[in-house]
Amino acid sequence: MPEENGNGKNGKNGRVGLAERVKEDLQALKTEIPSKAKEQIEGLKDPTKTQVYTSIFRHKHDDTPRNRALGVLSNVFLHLHPAKINRDAVRYSYTWGMGGITFYLFVVLTFTGVLLMFYYHPTKVQAFRDILYLEHDVPFGKLLRNMHRWAAHLMVIAVWLHMFRVFLTGSYKKPREFNWNIGVLLLVFTLLLSFTGYLLPDDQLGFWAVTVGTNMARATPLLGHEGPFGPQLGMTPYNDVRFGLLGGSIVDANALLRAYIWHCIGIPIVASVLMIVHFWRVRKDGGISGPAPVMLQSEADKPRRGPKAAGE
Amino acid sequence: MPGPETEVKQNPEAKAPASRSAEAAKYVGTPAVGTSKAAAAGGVAAVGPENGPVDSRRRRLAWVCITAFLGAWFIAFFRFFLPRTLFEPRTSFKIGYPSDYALGVDTKWQQKFRIWVDRTPDRLFVIYARCTHLGCTPDWKPSENKFKCPCHGSGYDSEGINFEGPAPRPMDRARVELAPDGQILVDVAKLYSWPKGQPTQFNDAGAYLSV
Repeated sequence: MPEENGNGKNGKNGRVGLAERVKEDLQALKTEIPSKAKEQIEGLKDPTKTQVYTSIFRHKHDDTPRNRALGVLSNVFLHLHPAKINRDAVRYSYTWGMGGITFYLFVVLTFTGVLLMFYYHPTKVQAFRDILYLEHDVPFGKLLRNMHRWAAHLMVIAVWLHMFRVFLTGSYKKPREFNWNIGVLLLVFTLLLSFTGYLLPDDQLGFWAVTVGTNMARATPLLGHEGPFGPQLGMTPYNDVRFGLLGGSIVDANALLRAYIWHCIGIPIVASVLMIVHFWRVRKDGGISGPAPVMLQSEADKPRRGPKAAGE
Repeated sequence: MPGPETEVKQNPEAKAPASRSAEAAKYVGTPAVGTSKAAAAGGVAAVGPENGPVDSRRRRLAWVCITAFLGAWFIAFFRFFLPRTLFEPRTSFKIGYPSDYALGVDTKWQQKFRIWVDRTPDRLFVIYARCTHLGCTPDWKPSENKFKCPCHGSGYDSEGINFEGPAPRPMDRARVELAPDGQILVDVAKLYSWPKGQPTQFNDAGAYLSV
């Protein structure tokens, strides 16, 4: 329309176009408003028909195998689970549920840890004071700190038990050998999280534990100034791996700050990435490992569901 | 920008893989939402990258640049963690006159300088108060006449010689000398040790003062 007006031979033609357009708009208003109102009223009668509803819930919910699968697949959180799994693989006597419990504890630790960060300063003057403050004055501070502490202990235990059951059930074997190695790395990062968190209260226990722990780093081969080939490579107490960990030659303010950053940011990010790979590989390697599938005697004479029932 | 057909004619020896040829890049059916008009009219190849042969020299150069860039950052990342300036306690300090110390172990500087002053009938030396096992500070137990480490139980006699627990060698001794004003000048950056199976450095000049 506007192009036609631009090419128009005279002004009158343009004026007619304008009048027509106003008429069209009015007509549109007359027909569109009632139709929208109608839609809203119908929405009140049956909310599942509205656009808002259908944009959130994208498929029907009557109980069919397809809808059950869609319910999982069309949800970002649920799709992390497989749509279907072998029931024999989720017997607690087989898995002990330790991998899931480990992840649950990691979530608890992330949540309580972030909250603790609101009251904690990683400096020599304030760190221990903040712990006392959290323990004795901050509302729910004692609960949060102890949740963080106990969940940390439990996570280390759960990781070991998870590893133990994976070993006992032979689940580290082909095709899961890659994921076993990811798991070993996750074990290392769990222990590093535990170790760096030890120093943060800046109490006697943590201080001496980290003194002892980082003194072991002196004996690192090649990179430690008391380790094999370390002195030959020019390692001294002022440039070796221990110095890099502590940010100095003694456990002091730099060490506290470094432990804090590794504990709260560096290691959790790396561990989270590895967890994503770990969970993804569980699915790609054929799902959670389990015993050979069995059929219950009570089901032996019933028709099977699933692709086999559809006829081979 | 030359069209896909002319490009192919200019390089007749360049055999593009079938899937990337101009014919295959033409749209069949309705173009996807968001497709430009040029692409819709001429196929993907009309607006996509030219379909020439790979220049392996250029590609190698690009990868060398990327590798060098990432490698430099990798090294810088590790160097970053080794600070140049430290804000740590001084390693050398004065601790008064030799006549201030009686026979035996004096613990008055343990808290401030992490040292013990030890005097025997003919010598005065300074023990650096760090367990040679894993670096804790042992306690002086006057009633038992020994140093005892609280971490893993290493024991040392009154001259810092290990006799029990996991400690691998006697505790190190700090360099001592007499300052011009007659005071004892201690430097814990220079330590004398007696590693197992090796000659002792405790008799070196600077490891003790004759009194």
